[in-house]
Amino acid sequence: MPITYTSQEQVEVYRFNLPTAIFVPLLALFLQAFLPLRFSFFTNFDLPLLVVIFFAVARRSPVSGLLTGATIGLLQDSLTHHPIGVYGIAKTFVGYGASSLGVKIDVENAGTRFLVTLFFYVIHEIAYFAVARWMLSLSLQWSWGHELGSGLANAVLAVGLFALLDRFKQRT
Amino acid sequence: MESVFGRYRNLSILVAVLFLQVLGLAMQVKRKVGSEPTRLIRVWTVSAVTPFEKAIVWVENGTSGLWHNYFYLRGVRQENRQLKAEIERLRVEQVRLSEDAGQARRLQVLLGFKEQFISHTLPAQVIGSSGSEQSRSLYIDKGWRDGVRPDMAVITADGVVGKVLQVFGQKPLEPSTSQVLLINDQNSGVGAILEKSRLQGILRGSAAGEVVLEKVMADEQVQPGERVLTSGGDQIFPKGLPVGTVVTSTSGSDLFLNIKVKPAANLSKLEEVLVITKLEDKAPAVVTNGSIRAVDILAQRLPSVPDKPAEKPGAATTPANAGTPGTPQPETAKTNDAQAHTAPPANRPAAAKPAPTETAKPAGTVLVRPASDQKLVVPGPAPGAGNKPTVPATANPKPQPGSPPPVSPTQPDPSQPQPEDKPQ
Repeated sequence: MPITYTSQEQVEVYRFNLPTAIFVPLLALFLQAFLPLRFSFFTNFDLPLLVVIFFAVARRSPVSGLLTGATIGLLQDSLTHHPIGVYGIAKTFVGYGASSLGVKIDVENAGTRFLVTLFFYVIHEIAYFAVARWMLSLSLQWSWGHELGSGLANAVLAVGLFALLDRFKQRT
Repeated sequence: MESVFGRYRNLSILVAVLFLQVLGLAMQVKRKVGSEPTRLIRVWTVSAVTPFEKAIVWVENGTSGLWHNYFYLRGVRQENRQLKAEIERLRVEQVRLSEDAGQARRLQVLLGFKEQFISHTLPAQVIGSSGSEQSRSLYIDKGWRDGVRPDMAVITADGVVGKVLQVFGQKPLEPSTSQVLLINDQNSGVGAILEKSRLQGILRGSAAGEVVLEKVMADEQVQPGERVLTSGGDQIFPKGLPVGTVVTSTSGSDLFLNIKVKPAANLSKLEEVLVITKLEDKAPAVVTNGSIRAVDILAQRLPSVPDKPAEKPGAATTPANAGTPGTPQPETAKTNDAQAHTAPPANRPAAAKPAPTETAKPAGTVLVRPASDQKLVVPGPAPGAGNKPTVPATANPKPQPGSPPPVSPTQPDPSQPQPEDKPQ
């Protein structure tokens, strides 16, 4: 099975109905805010990021991807006590990058999804840390081990989550 | 120009969106704290998320209540017995501690001290968190309409949790909820003092979520295990609340010690918290007649001695007195009885003074010498008519109908624990 698309192959583009486009990100935000109260390890996961990546690679439109990333990121920012925009900027990058990548490679199989999520998780964290440190002067500690571990955990979760969200995809 | 934009359309939009966000971020950083240009978006998100959180917590509590009220009653009797025993033990301990507290209050009055008292607290349920490792905050189900205001202290029975950062619910459609900044967030700061060494510092959260006590000079000695309390210097947390215990204390890179503190409250497993909604700043009042000593409580449980028939005036003595004739007498029994309801605990040491009152004793007054001076004076009203730990006060004691006879202080119940009361 080819991983990259050639110019002759038709790239499948999906869309989502409005309730799905609204409630799935809100559900992700809700779970991200609620589950750490019961399971403290859940702070290592980033459900809104996984949703951004899923919508971006499924729609395969960079503009749509970056706007989705910016919106979800800003909403996630508003639950924290930090100034709004840190997650927004990081997820804008991810939304743009994931949708651009989705045009070029097949993101329908589990292996690719795992690698794409791991890659964009690290990109997201780098963008977040850069903005938080240089614009907000937050003294964050970067640990490759921690970030890679969290990235792997998110990638594993993404494989299952994306398979679940595939049910909501509609062909254009 | 149009062709350039068309060719790089996606990239242009990306740059534009990023630029807008960076601009917005810079404006927020530039503005003063308190002016909230982004409040609207926060309210939207909180309004969208917190109703579901409240609903889930409500259902969870209902289910839990059903389980605990109907299905989980095995072992309750045993637990009840244990709790009763614990309450008894704590009562005795409380009495001992209240004596110390009373003494401290009297000294504070003498020195003109003022202290803060927690006069009102509001219980709240934790319904959500920020969901981010970099923002250690949580949401509670009480907000503006419940009387919560920014900068109020949030605690549990174990210790300090954090302070209220943002309050929602000022407008009718806003959900009544609040955001609490935890003490392990790096933006938090709590004035703290070490319990034994009385060294003061500032408690801060680190990027890794640890709690660190800062600004303690490197030449000081801080032992692991020492408790950390609030100092009250931050004007948010009242003085003396437990914050945590020292885990490690090492020399830092600068002039200060690097002290890691384990929070007393389990910040990762919070379900219910208390918001301190009102603090009173007042001078401590001295309680003059409300205290009961540990020995009094124990005396309530001592076996009673049967009533003696009325004796001739001037001839009645207690068994204790009879056994120790000629011993120096501290006070007249009449005076003793009169003081029983009025004398504050501070006057108790005077009861131990020997001889001087002996020469001034009035005729017909019975002098008593209990085996232990501790039971000579009762600082507050007798807890019960039949449980009076002092000896009969007058020469002609009349037994009260329906009340058990007085108890000799020399008859301790070996089955009862003996508290370590301070000698008077």
